[in-house]
Parts: sequence; structure tokens; C-alpha cells
Amino acid sequence: MGELRIQGLTAEVAGRQILNGVDLVVKSGEVHAVMGPNGAGKSTLSHVLMGKPGYTVTGGSVSIDGVDLLSLPTYERAKAGLFLAMQYPVEVPGVSLQELLTEALSAQGRDASVVHAAVAAEAERIGLATRLLDRPVNVDLSGGEKKRNETMQLAVLRPKFAILDELDSGLDVDALRACSRRVEAATTEFDLGVLAITHYSRLLEELKPDVVHVLAQGRIVASGGPELADELERTGYAEWVEDEAPTPAVDPFADPFADPFA
Amino acid sequence: MASPQWLVDRRSAAPNAAEFVMPSTDEEVWRYSRVADLQLSDWSVVSERSEGVPADAVTLLESLGHLSGAVVVRNGAVVAARLDDALAAKGVYVGSLVDAPNAEAALGVVADGGPDVFGRLNDANFLDGVLVDVPAGVTVDAPIAIVDWIDLDGAAVYPRLVVRVGADADVRVLDWHGSTDIAAFVSPLVELDVDRAGRLSYGNVQLRGPRVWQIASQVSRVLNDGTLTSSHAGLGCDYGRMRTDCRLVGRGATGNLSAVYFGHDSQTLDFRTFQKHDAPDTNSNLLFKGAVGGHSRSVYTGLIRVEKDARGTNAFQTNRNLKLSDTAWAESVPNLEIETNDVKCSHASTVGPVDEEQVFYLESRGVPTEIAERLIVAGFFDEVLEEFPVAAAVPLIAAAIDERLDAGVNS
Ligand SMILES: Nc1ncnc2c1ncn2[C@@H]1O[C@H](COP(=O)(O)OP(=O)(O)O)[C@@H](O)[C@H]1O
Ligand SMILES: [Mg+2]
Repeated sequence: MGELRIQGLTAEVAGRQILNGVDLVVKSGEVHAVMGPNGAGKSTLSHVLMGKPGYTVTGGSVSIDGVDLLSLPTYERAKAGLFLAMQYPVEVPGVSLQELLTEALSAQGRDASVVHAAVAAEAERIGLATRLLDRPVNVDLSGGEKKRNETMQLAVLRPKFAILDELDSGLDVDALRACSRRVEAATTEFDLGVLAITHYSRLLEELKPDVVHVLAQGRIVASGGPELADELERTGYAEWVEDEAPTPAVDPFADPFADPFA
Repeated sequence: MASPQWLVDRRSAAPNAAEFVMPSTDEEVWRYSRVADLQLSDWSVVSERSEGVPADAVTLLESLGHLSGAVVVRNGAVVAARLDDALAAKGVYVGSLVDAPNAEAALGVVADGGPDVFGRLNDANFLDGVLVDVPAGVTVDAPIAIVDWIDLDGAAVYPRLVVRVGADADVRVLDWHGSTDIAAFVSPLVELDVDRAGRLSYGNVQLRGPRVWQIASQVSRVLNDGTLTSSHAGLGCDYGRMRTDCRLVGRGATGNLSAVYFGHDSQTLDFRTFQKHDAPDTNSNLLFKGAVGGHSRSVYTGLIRVEKDARGTNAFQTNRNLKLSDTAWAESVPNLEIETNDVKCSHASTVGPVDEEQVFYLESRGVPTEIAERLIVAGFFDEVLEEFPVAAAVPLIAAAIDERLDAGVNS
């Protein structure tokens, strides 16, 4: 049984401390939801875990099965078993999905000859139109198509742990169901551990969390069972947001892309 | 072989090397160039005709698949020419310019003397030249390939190519500039002439050896409703310059101009483009994409010029550069001169490193940093290569790009 262990993680961006000591342990096969208001540091946490340039870790540790991630370059974190489904998947002109996945698997010493078949099978399962598979990565895909594409890659790469950064933003109901079901299935199919960052509880209808955490002002301020997500839906995050106007009740029709930062 | 009198007269009217006045880098079109390092007296104009087809040229032609016609030029001398009989019967000509029946009328029809002093040197010194002449109404299905090969150390060579496409005719031409690893000075002049509703797709691959200096000019003229598509791959040379003058002189004429270039080591690749709209409803679309690694440098300066009469013009110019190492340098200067209001014009230019977000995305899937950068740089050129006029040349260009990438993109 594997585990993703985050201890006392602090990090800064542009000289400002954003993460103020995050502690989390996700075990293989578990789903942990991380919820929190805009600007709480959720995307920052996902970027720091994956090693995105521009973020400086100032303290704490992150490991998968005892392997220290923070000293590794991003691609080796992927090799160690981490996957990040990005809130805003990046368009990469001129690079095809097949190339990307083939290089990713080969670099890990895995059999890349399965890519074509695996992509076709997963795309079918997740409802990603096959005509989109020949496009350069994410180029000219709609918001929803990008998220299906992220989920499809996750399923092909079969990581140990996946961070889903607002997988539910920009998705219509059908796509949300297809993506969350696929991830839920992965928790039993290949024992995937999930850190599902989300603003709203709708992602969690199909992707059943074992634990729900509230991230506010750069730290986990509360943890509980699935019922905590429902409670947050009703009350919002006002309780944890100091010195600021209370967050309005969560509006399911609000623009999910309104976050100021990726 | 004695030159015909008209050619003797023509040559004697051109300046010789002794009268030659080197352009100054104070002139905008020569700014950032290395012309000041050129000593014409270091190079000797080829006086003897080379014979025999170089093996490299044969290999190259064989890799291009079916061709309608082919010409091999060695150090300025046409050493082989071939054309499908059916096309010859329709009046198509592919071969030595000097020997062509209508040579006098064809030569200089677009670029009398060329746009600068190097064009005039070419006039005075080209040996045979090549003419591709496609009469009105004729469609040439498979491409015509020219291999312009240089293997004479210390030579000054002046390749000349004239392509004439008659009204409603259609042809694709590949012009391959290659050499062995010699030092040489080469100054090609290419004239592209597209008559009414004619279609010319011209692809030029510059893969000369690393000690060659090349100062090239491509001058084109497109008449009513004609379409010129000209695509360049600039990879070789120590100093490789190409000036492109595209004149859209007939209503509804179109000029699509594109290039990829990739500098490494201490190369300088230098591009000057002029999109000249003389007539109404003309369209030009330019996309030049380059990468510079090592200590290499690239220069792009471009001008869109729309004359008063050229109402309804669409003119676009885009130059994008990837700077792959700290010691590489790319300059990009776009310009517009517009004399009428009724136009749609835009220009865009960028110089920057490989996009960090793109690298991070690929890396987050497990692709090592260097491979990620490589994929992105190779992919950067796709947009141009997908439209390259002679598809069979694309794998060869891609292989040359890969070779540079293999050597390491950051060094
Ligand atoms: N690249 C960055 N540069 C400057 N500030 C940033 C950057 N990324 C995030 N921040 C700041 O960090 C805080 C947390 O942002 P983020 O992690 O995106 O929040 P969330 O995903 O929870 O909405 C915000 O106040 C944001 O302004
Ligand atoms: Mg976010």
C-alpha cells in the first residue's frame, strides 16, 4: 500500500508566502477532496507538488512511498508516480498526444507500443472524440475537451497518485460524470490515490471522497468525512476567511474560469 | 561553348568585381548583416566548367520520388537535365538557361540586375543558369527538382534560376542548395514569374556546408489572380542571407511566403523580405519561423508596402523566433508602409525562449526536460513544413533539424 505524504509544506510565489504548512497523507486507492475559497492556495499546492518553475518551497517535505519528491525534477516526480491534471491544461502546438505519451512511457522504461490502443480505448470510455486525438496537445480544444483529455492521459499513464486541480471547472454535466467516473474506477482498477482539488461538491457525486479537507489561507483548517463537502456547499467558506468579506454562497453557475491564477 | 552575343553584351554591361562597391551596414537592408566581412577578392569566379553528376546529387534526387523533371548544376554548370517527354511535347522547358530557345526574353524579366549589387554581380558572372518554363495552360503534376551543388573550394559561384509560369499553368519546383564541406562564396539570383491565374509553388532548401557564405536574392512577380507560394528552409552556411522581393502587380494576385530556419554554432542567418502590393485586391501572407542555438544569430527584417492603387489588399507578416541558448541572438524588425486606407494589414514578431509552461506540461506527464524541449522546437516548425511545396523534401528538412536538435538545443 503506497502513500503520498505531505508534511509541513510551506512555499512562496513572487516573494509571498502562499502555503503555510500543509499536512496531508493520501493512501493508495483513497480519494481526498481539498476544498477552499478562491485564492486559498489550492493551485499553488498542486504546482508545488509537481515542481512547477516559479514556486519556492521554503519548508516541509513531500514523498511517495518514502521517495522524496521535492529534490526531483518534474519528470522524475511523474516517474515516481505523481500525475497532475491541470486546472488550465496548456496548449502545445506541434506536439501530438501520441508523441507525448510515447515519450512519457519510454522515459520510464515502460512499453510505449500500447499507446495507440490505450488512447483509443480510454478516449472511447471518457467520451473524447477520436478526431481530437490527432490534434496537437490541447490545441483548439474546448474547456471540457481539455479536461477529458487530462483524464484520458491519466488513465493511459496509470500513475500512483493523481492531483486533480478543479477537474470540474469548465465541464458540462455529461463530461463531469464521464471524467469523475473514470477516476473513481481507477481507484480500484489500479489503486489510484486521488487528491481532488475542487471548489464545488458536484465533482464528488461520482468521485466518492474518503476524506474532505478545507484549505484556507495556505493550510488545512478542517478535515472530515464526505458530509463536510455538503456542509461547505450550504455555508460557504466564510468561517475560514479572515479579514475579508464572507464568500457568497457558492453559485454553481459562476464562471469557473474566474480564478485569477492558474 | 561560346556565349551568344546578347549574353556577352549583357555581361559586359554589368559591373565587374573591380568596380564593385560593397553595401554599407548603415543601409537598413544591410543592418546586422556580415557583409562588411566579405572580401570578394578572396574568391575566384569559376572559369572552368565542372563535369559529371555528384553522387550526393543522385542520392538526393532518388530520395524525392517521382519527378517530372530534374536539373543538376555543379559549380554553376548544368551537368544533367531531364524532363518527361509528354511535358516537353507540350512546350515545357527544363534545363540550361543559356541554351534555352527563348533565353534572352526570359533572363532578367523579373529581376533585371536584381535588387542590389549582388544581383548585378550575378548578371555578370552566372555560368549557365537554369530555366524552368511552363507554357500557358499546362499543369505539371510531379515536381521539378533542381540540385544546385557546389564542391569547388575557394570558388565564387553565381547560380541563376528563372521560373516562368504561363497563364493558368501550374507547377511545383524544388530548388536544393547543397555543397560538400568546402569554403565558397555563393550569390544566387532567383526570378519567379507567374502569369495570369498561374500557380507556382517554389520550395528552396539551403543546406550548404558550414564554411559557405551565401548572399541570395529571390525576386518574384505575380500577375492577375496568379498565386506564388514560396517556402524556404535556411539551415546551412556560415553566413546565409536571403532577400525576398515579392511583387504583386496584377489584381487578385497572391503571394504566400514562408520560411523555417535554424542556426547553430556560430552561424548567421539573415532574411529580408519585401511584400509589395502594386495592384488592388492582392493578398500576401508571410510566416517566417526560426530558432537560434549555440552562438548563432538570426536577423529578420520585413516590409509590407501597399501602393495607393492597391485597394482591398490583405497583407500579413509574422516572424517568430525561439532563442535556445543564452549566447544566441535573434533580431526581428517588421515594418509597414501603407498608402491607402482600404487594406487589412498586420504584423507580428516575437523572440523568446521555449515556453516554460509548455515544457512543464510535457514534463508533468513524465517527459524528460530535454526531450520536452526538443518536441516543442521540432513542433514549432510543423506549421510551415506541413505546407512546404514539395512534400518529399520535408523528411529531409526534418532530418536536418533533428540533427541540430541531437547536438543539444541549448548549446
Ligand atoms: N504565479 C503567481 N504569481 C503571483 N502570485 C501568485 C501566483 N500564483 C498564485 N499566486 C497567489 O497565490 C494565492 C493562491 O493562488 P492559487 O493557488 O491559484 O489559489 P486557488 O487555486 O486556491 O484559487 C493567490 O493570492 C494568488 O494571487
Ligand atoms: Mg486554482
